[in-house]
Amino acid sequence: MTTVLYMITLAALGVSVFRDRKKTLMALKKAWKAFENIMPQFLGVLILTGIMIAVLNPRLISRIIGVESGWIGTIIAALVGALTLIPGFVAFPTASLLLQNGAGYMQIAAFVSALMMVGVVTFPVEISYFGRKATILRNLFAFVFTFIVAAIIAWVHA
Amino acid sequence: MMKGVIIRYRFFLAMLILLGLLFAVNSALARRALEVTAFSVREMLLVIPPIFVLLGLLDVWVPRHTMVRFMGHGSGIKGVLLSVLIGSAAAGPLYGAFPVAAVFLKKGASFQNIFIFLGAWSTTKIPMFLFELEALGTPFALTRMAVNIPGIIIIAHVLGAFLNSHDRMEIVRRVETLTKEQSVERMTGARRQEIRR
Repeated sequence: MTTVLYMITLAALGVSVFRDRKKTLMALKKAWKAFENIMPQFLGVLILTGIMIAVLNPRLISRIIGVESGWIGTIIAALVGALTLIPGFVAFPTASLLLQNGAGYMQIAAFVSALMMVGVVTFPVEISYFGRKATILRNLFAFVFTFIVAAIIAWVHA
Repeated sequence: MMKGVIIRYRFFLAMLILLGLLFAVNSALARRALEVTAFSVREMLLVIPPIFVLLGLLDVWVPRHTMVRFMGHGSGIKGVLLSVLIGSAAAGPLYGAFPVAAVFLKKGASFQNIFIFLGAWSTTKIPMFLFELEALGTPFALTRMAVNIPGIIIIAHVLGAFLNSHDRMEIVRRVETLTKEQSVERMTGARRQEIRR
């Protein structure tokens, strides 16, 4: 996927250089400026993520949202998902492992949904773009929506 | 100058201190945290630069009226579909979506479509969907996708309804500051009108 992204970017850059050198240079300047503006927030978020993943290991998570935990487990799963930032390629295998170890579909759905849609850890980054109100509301609505998804997934798997 | 740097990096510095404290309490855990951080930094350095370069190119080459036509007010179902598609085709974590959304917004995409785009990026990304199919099974992944698409559109509309013109102006101001550089075009009267609507 990253390779495709790089290929598209290089192709676009090539076309751009060919069409207009000066404009391309301006685009690169803009890119750098935008990157540099948000860099400090990114770095902070990445350290926070590292600390969280180290403290909340999969074994601990599976104990919390284990068998028959019902809505309480679902709420906890959603909270864990909302508070952590785990990349998808780690999260899905982990979720699959948790399922095999007896976690419920409802809990896993809440965990996966909240993980992807709610980002408490990335609040500083999101706020610097969208302000406090929009950030809090977006995450709040996404969090509520997580339970709708969980309920429907539980119903499908019943 | 120095003070500016400290303010800009205050969150980063706070996190460094937190990591330092963790080292003092439990060095094994801190080492693991550092490993994970190093891994994410590598991921970020791999995925983020092309996104920003594409953004720079988009900013320079795509004229405002094109963005308004495709994703602005009155772009209708076309705008919604485009927002879902662009968001779903994305690579990288959600924090990569914010700068993209910022440039779209600056170029005249509507707030609704921006929020749909963010929702799509967060949860209907196609690469992640393939991963999910494999790890959690077809019924799980398909159900989530089917619920998510209407879900993110509804959330975007509710979110839009909650933001008054003052909130919208503030967001545009923030976005302009973050993407600012010498030749920045000041917000035009037309854009102000558009935001008020």
